[in-house]
Amino acid sequence: MSDASDNTALVARKELNLHSLHEHYETLDQQQESASLGMWVFLVTEVMFFGGMITGYTAYRVAYPEAFRAGSVYMLFMAGTLNTAVLITASFFVALAVHMARVNNRKWLVICLSIAMFLGIVFLSIKGYEYWDHWVEHKVPGRTFQWSGPDKRHAELFFVMYFFLTGFHALHMVIGVSLLAVITWFAYRGRYTPEYHNPVENAALYWHFVDIVWIFLYPMLYLIGHKHI
Amino acid sequence: MERVVPKKTYTVVWITLMCLTGLTAGLSFINLREWSTVVAFLIAVAKALLVAFFFMHLLYEKQKVVWIWASVGVFWLSILMVLTIADYMTRGYLRVPGK
Repeated sequence: MSDASDNTALVARKELNLHSLHEHYETLDQQQESASLGMWVFLVTEVMFFGGMITGYTAYRVAYPEAFRAGSVYMLFMAGTLNTAVLITASFFVALAVHMARVNNRKWLVICLSIAMFLGIVFLSIKGYEYWDHWVEHKVPGRTFQWSGPDKRHAELFFVMYFFLTGFHALHMVIGVSLLAVITWFAYRGRYTPEYHNPVENAALYWHFVDIVWIFLYPMLYLIGHKHI
Repeated sequence: MERVVPKKTYTVVWITLMCLTGLTAGLSFINLREWSTVVAFLIAVAKALLVAFFFMHLLYEKQKVVWIWASVGVFWLSILMVLTIADYMTRGYLRVPGK
């Protein structure tokens, strides 16, 4: 009996794979390799995108180290550290999701993706709380910016860098969560097989890249002014 | 089809990443003077490599061309950063004639 149902499942899987193979590829393996390579090329352009901003940050930090340190004191250290842990854990669950897709465990694929999505939303909520705190503290660059210490101009520059870097990172997080939402839905519908699950692999690559960006932003922004004597 | 990476590998990497986060956060309370930034940067690089090698499966990648692209990303970034910062840091070294 179970043999018969196994056989039906296998036939359905073959059917699904056949449907997933685009006509300009010979095999699903070849299709997966192309998709994966394309994603890596895209991620290199993303490295350059964030790299430009990080270079700007570095140039100004080298020029005005004291102002940047003073600005960093206003970062919410605990929120930033917690967010780093949240993001690393989310990445862990995305990696587990890829594992589940490869071993054809649909139930746990959906569960892992959902947990990662939830953690992504937790990250954005904490980030939102931090932004609210900076707004209340008058640390948003512009007309409302207030600064009691010396070198107001360059302290404001630190916050310009902070909002650009974390803002674009948060935008990538929103895109990442949206991607996971779509993929979770398809996974729930049984769209993926061990032979075909390019979208899971590529969304995972994107998610991990965004994690790597935060791994660098965290010490750059949160750890430079902290209670140093 | 890709090689299946055991769950245990991901778990060990995750625990290591959490420990490194705790380490870099803790070290920020200690004044290492000019080394603070260097140490924080090196820990960040270690974490990024762990994510790239294990979570992004670079270590298990069969296609050499993916390795080339990943290295190219780092290489281009280093051109962008090193040359730009070299300019800013050395501007005061020479006097501009007539100024």
